[in-house]
Amino acid sequence: MIRGILGKKIGMTQVFDDEGRVVPVTVVQAGPCVVVQRRTAKRDGYEAAQIGLVEGRPARKVTKPLMGHFEKAGVPPTRFLAEVPVDENDEAKPGDAVLVEIFEADEPVHVMGTSKGRGFQGVIKRHGFKGGRATHGSMFHRAPGSIGAAAYPARVFAGTRMPGQHGNRNVTVKNVRVVRVDPERNLLFLKGGVPGARNSYVRIIKAS
Amino acid sequence: MDILQEVTQEQLRSDIPEFKAGDTVKVHVRLKEGEKERIQVFEGLVIARKHGGISETFTVRKVSSGIGVERVFPLHSPGIAKIEVVRRGQVRRAKLYYIRNLRGKAARIKEAARKA
Repeated sequence: MIRGILGKKIGMTQVFDDEGRVVPVTVVQAGPCVVVQRRTAKRDGYEAAQIGLVEGRPARKVTKPLMGHFEKAGVPPTRFLAEVPVDENDEAKPGDAVLVEIFEADEPVHVMGTSKGRGFQGVIKRHGFKGGRATHGSMFHRAPGSIGAAAYPARVFAGTRMPGQHGNRNVTVKNVRVVRVDPERNLLFLKGGVPGARNSYVRIIKAS
Repeated sequence: MDILQEVTQEQLRSDIPEFKAGDTVKVHVRLKEGEKERIQVFEGLVIARKHGGISETFTVRKVSSGIGVERVFPLHSPGIAKIEVVRRGQVRRAKLYYIRNLRGKAARIKEAARKA
């Protein structure tokens, strides 16, 4: 069985569970997807399926080399291509559909996405540093402070937390609960937040 | 936002009477005690309605043996068996938080003139 799917983050809302409790959920438009290519242990050294999210991407917007890739699989051009793991000896072949039905309610999944980009940020926003006093003659506001000692070690240690690009990187959230599956509308309800902005693409794979 | 509205539509309740801040309501709350289900009534003044759609909540305040008690209910919660409007109040704002600082006679709310 194919153990993952691609989706688009729709947004967050809340639902009531069977007990009447409020559960915060992220709604993800998951699929329909198609298998575009198979990776096999024999040829590639591992088992996976490259799948694409079917969203009606116009053929004129696809580069010729990529178009050839889709034609070889016999599928229409898809928006977003990524690999997901498959079970060993799985029969999945190019052209097969991948639908939300592979998931069931209450199962844990891992969600991978690109976090919201925040640009070049200082250490307070990026690493949660405390910063200094704003007033009363303080001259230390949002600066990082000391980044190490002097003559020894005479260098700054690698990995020291400093200002830089914040967000817009791949983030995985593990063991997110599937709250509900809506096969009619191809929707997945995931408990809590998932990485990325609305309308960004996410990869969802089974946790177990 | 369309899909979000669509998916929460089916959980919205249509059996909720119209009420707003200033009204006095009786909220019949379903309580689960082990296997048995019981209904408890919380009666008080609605001092706020917040948010919208499935996330809408309302705050009910009552003074119980001299101590102010406020409960926030999700409007569309299945845990609410029934809402009864006891009295319509006439108020000039949407959030009646000022009532927390008043007691006794000053904390009264004028009854609204009945709509035809």
